[in-house]
Amino acid sequence: MSGAPIEIEGLTKRFAGFTAVDNVSFSVAKGEVLGFLGPNGAGKSTTMRMLAGFVSPDGGTARILGHDVRTDSVAARRMLGFLPEGAPTYPEMSVTAFLRFVARIRGYRGADVASRVARAVDLTQLEGVRLQPIETLSKGFKRRVGLAQALLHDPPVLVLDEPTDGLDPNQKHEVRRLIARMAPEKAIIISTHILEEVEAVCTRAIIIARGRVVADATPKDLAALHPSGKLDDVFRDLTLKAAA
Amino acid sequence: MRPGFTRVVRIIAGRELAAYFATPVATVFIVIFLALQGTLTFNVGNFFERGQADLVAFFNFVPWVFLLLVPAITMRLWAEERRLGTIELLLTLPVTQFQAVLGKFLAAWAFCAIALALTFPFIITVNVLGRPDNGVIAAGYLGALLVAGSFLAVGSAMSALTRNQVIAFVLAVSLCFLFALAASPVVGDFLRQSAPTVADVLRRVGVLERYQDFTRGVIGLPDIVYFASFIGFWLFANAVIVDLRKAD
Repeated sequence: MSGAPIEIEGLTKRFAGFTAVDNVSFSVAKGEVLGFLGPNGAGKSTTMRMLAGFVSPDGGTARILGHDVRTDSVAARRMLGFLPEGAPTYPEMSVTAFLRFVARIRGYRGADVASRVARAVDLTQLEGVRLQPIETLSKGFKRRVGLAQALLHDPPVLVLDEPTDGLDPNQKHEVRRLIARMAPEKAIIISTHILEEVEAVCTRAIIIARGRVVADATPKDLAALHPSGKLDDVFRDLTLKAAA
Repeated sequence: MRPGFTRVVRIIAGRELAAYFATPVATVFIVIFLALQGTLTFNVGNFFERGQADLVAFFNFVPWVFLLLVPAITMRLWAEERRLGTIELLLTLPVTQFQAVLGKFLAAWAFCAIALALTFPFIITVNVLGRPDNGVIAAGYLGALLVAGSFLAVGSAMSALTRNQVIAFVLAVSLCFLFALAASPVVGDFLRQSAPTVADVLRRVGVLERYQDFTRGVIGLPDIVYFASFIGFWLFANAVIVDLRKAD
């Protein structure tokens, strides 16, 4: 047992013919918001899925508050709020019915279910569409329903795969503020393609390319790696070099 | 804070069952089931001409109607979760694979039970027309429910195998057909020549043979154990398949 809420050690995943995640190790401390960057197919989602117990690692392991995701997966998932890639939800359910389902699975009963759902709806600003079937909602609302589901139990660890994808600029701003507000109490990993987002909310950034960590620093230090001082240029340099 | 095993299964089953009724699936299934059972029993099964107050004609057709309709329910069970990506949501909540498998299976089974229960006018009809042995009828219903459960368990495992619902349907119908007729002379005679050992095994796992006992009003412990093991085996296979293929 050590301190960090998220510990990843030598995590490896091979798919037929290639290694999607290759010996990735890092940990995330309480209060940190880690931006997880990399080109499509670099292994971001696979790493996050292994952390959430959806994909089993071929090597190494990860721990969430000391619970090993390989051997103690359900306990690890109790501590985790996870937004899967694409924010999947059950389309025929109303927002409230869906969140109630998640709350009850998470062990809340009676009045607690209602108060948890109300809080999640409030945090993600879903009041206006509470009773609508999810399939009738716009992409931005669907994403926020996914986010509400991940925040519902106020977990100490949050893993969010592209939380702001499909949101309009105002909604992006809101979600970033929400993440920043929660940050002091939690360990958070967010994956994103929006580099300005990293500069706005992340305290640290990891870039992975071809399954390997190629950079791990604060956004500021990362940006300083290129003469232009732009994160975009650093990202391009590092990931293209790895691909070559 | 930590819900028990059965509570989680119940919550998953409840959500699943509600989903049937939130879509036209429930209505279409129940209407077609009742229409088929009615037509087959009254027109093909000579319900009135037989002049006997029993539901033999009704129970003779139940497995064949289930053979067609049960795979239509199960084909979406896991294939749909994978298509929508919700499998990733469901299995990253604090639930075990087996809880998810069992919850989905029980919802589908409860749904079949509802469809079966809605055939109650048949019971009223025979009771108005004569004095049937209602014990035999009850045993027949129990048997029908167990056949539905067996087909559901097979179909559910097939659905976990692929994200394509058509493939899930065809695989489920084929396998259910094989197990339905496994003990029948048709399959037996054919296999006895080509593969005698297989024929011997299959003779013991035929679903319809077991079901016949129930329709005659005989509820034997071996038959109950058989159905329980059959369903248990396929649910176990289902959980293994879900685990292997969930992220594909």
